Amino acid sequence: MNAIERVGDYCKLMIRTFGVPDRWSMFFKQYKNELIKLGLDSIMINVIISFFIGAVITIQMKLNMSNPILPGYLTGLAVRDTLLLEFSPTIICIILAGKVGSNIASEVGSMRITEQIDALDIMGVNSANYLILPKIAAMVSFIPCLVIISIFMGIIGGLFVAEFTDTITTHEYVTGIQFMFVPFYVTYAIIKSMVFAFIITSVASYYGYTVKGGALEVGKASTDAVVNSSILILMTNLMLTKLLLT
Amino acid sequence: MIEVKHVSKSFQDGVKVLEDISTVFETGKTNLIIGQSGSGKTVLMKSTVGIYNVDEGSIIYDDKDGNGRDITKMNNNQLKLMHREIGMLFQGSALFDSMTVLENVKFPLDMFSTMEEDEKEARARECIERVDLTRACNLFPSEISGGMQKRAAIARAIVLNPRFLFCDEPNSGLDPKTSLMIDRLIQEITHEYGITTIINTHDMNSVLEIGENIVFINKGHKGWQGNKDEVYDTGCEALENLIFASELYKKIKKAHFIENK
Repeated sequence: MNAIERVGDYCKLMIRTFGVPDRWSMFFKQYKNELIKLGLDSIMINVIISFFIGAVITIQMKLNMSNPILPGYLTGLAVRDTLLLEFSPTIICIILAGKVGSNIASEVGSMRITEQIDALDIMGVNSANYLILPKIAAMVSFIPCLVIISIFMGIIGGLFVAEFTDTITTHEYVTGIQFMFVPFYVTYAIIKSMVFAFIITSVASYYGYTVKGGALEVGKASTDAVVNSSILILMTNLMLTKLLLT
Repeated sequence: MIEVKHVSKSFQDGVKVLEDISTVFETGKTNLIIGQSGSGKTVLMKSTVGIYNVDEGSIIYDDKDGNGRDITKMNNNQLKLMHREIGMLFQGSALFDSMTVLENVKFPLDMFSTMEEDEKEARARECIERVDLTRACNLFPSEISGGMQKRAAIARAIVLNPRFLFCDEPNSGLDPKTSLMIDRLIQEITHEYGITTIINTHDMNSVLEIGENIVFINKGHKGWQGNKDEVYDTGCEALENLIFASELYKKIKKAHFIENK
C-alpha cells in the first residue's frame, strides 16, 4: 500500500470514527476507562521524566551562562521557556507516543486479529466509532493536563537543584521563572499538546485497526505507529510553531 | 430463510473464489456449508453476512412478514440495521478480553436494547444459563476453556433473539466430546428459537450429526446439496473423498449400507 492510499485509508477511518456514538452511555463508559488506562496511568512516568529533565536543564543552562555579563536569573527564564515551549508539549508527547501509541496499536491490533472487531461490526456496532473515538476524546482532553503537570514538575526539578546544590541560588532561579512571563506560551503549549494527542491516538488506532495477519504483524503495527506518529509530531510542531509564534 | 442467487466473488488478484452459487438456507434448520480448505466456503459465509461485497448475484434475507431484502443492495445504514438481526459465532469465539462472560453477553443489550439495567442482566443470565455457563459469569475469557468460550459466544450471539445465526467453524480447536456438545447446543437453539442457522465447517462429525441441510462447495462451485441421510450416496466424488477420507468414516459408510439393506 503506497503512502497516498494510506492517507486515504486513514481519512476514511477518521470519517467513520467521528460519527455520533450508537449509545452515549457506552461512549462515556469507554471514555472513562480510556482516561484511566491511557491518561492517569501515564502521570507517574510524566512526573519522573519532567522532574529530572527540569533539574538537568537547570544545571546545563547555568553552566552555559557562566558569563558574568549575563544576569543570574536568565537560567530560570531559560528553563521556564524551554519547558513551556518545547520540552513539555513536544518531547513529553513523543514519549507518550511510545507509551500510549504502542499500547493502543497493540490493543486494537489484537482485537482485529482475534476477530473482536469483526464481531462488533456483525452486531451492527460502528467499531471504529466505539473503539477509537473514546481514546481520541480521552487523550485530547487529558494530554494538556499531563503537559501542565510536566511544566510544573520540570520547574520543581529546577527548584530542587537551586535549593539543594550550589549551582544557582533559589532567589535567582525564582526571579528568572517569574521574569518576562508570556501567558500565551501556556496557550501555545496546550494547543500543541491537543494536536499531538490527536496524532498519537488516531495514528496508533489506524495502524492497529488495519492490521492483517498475526502476532508478528501486531508488533510491526505497534512499531510503525510509534515511528510515524513521532515523525508527524515533529513535522506538525514545526508548522504550529511557525503559525502560532511568528 | 436466506436465498443465495447466482453469487460470484473474486478478489483483487483476479482469482474467482465463488462462481454462480445458488442455494437456500432454510429457517429452523442447521444449514451446513462444507468443503475442503480453500474451497470458498468462508468467502460464501462472509458474503452472505455482508462482510464481503459480491461481484454478481443477490443474497435475500426474509423479514418477519416473509418479504425479501437483498443484502447486496443495502447501504451501510441498512446493513447495520440488518446486522442487528444476525448473531455470529466466530472461529476463535471473539469474546472481548476486557469484559467478563456476563459483560460480554450483556454487551449487545447495552448497545441496542432499551431495557432497564436489571432486565438486561436478567436476560444475559438467562442466555448464560441456557448454555450452562452460570458458574463462569464473572470470569474473563482468558480464565475459561475453549469450549466454555464457544458457549459464552453462543450466549452472546442469541441474546438479542436473532433471526439468523452464523457459526464459523464452531468446533475448531475443541476435543470430539466438546465439539459434539457445541453442535447439539447449536442445533437445540436453532429448533427452540426457530432461527436460520448457517454453519461453516469441515468437521465430518458435525456433518453426520447435525447436517439438516448441507451445501458442499468445491473449488468455488456448488458441488452438492442435501441432508445428513443423503450424504452416504451423493454420487459426487469430491464430496465422497472429503467425507469418507478416513478408514473410520469408510467403515461408517459401509455399516450404513448394511443397516439399510
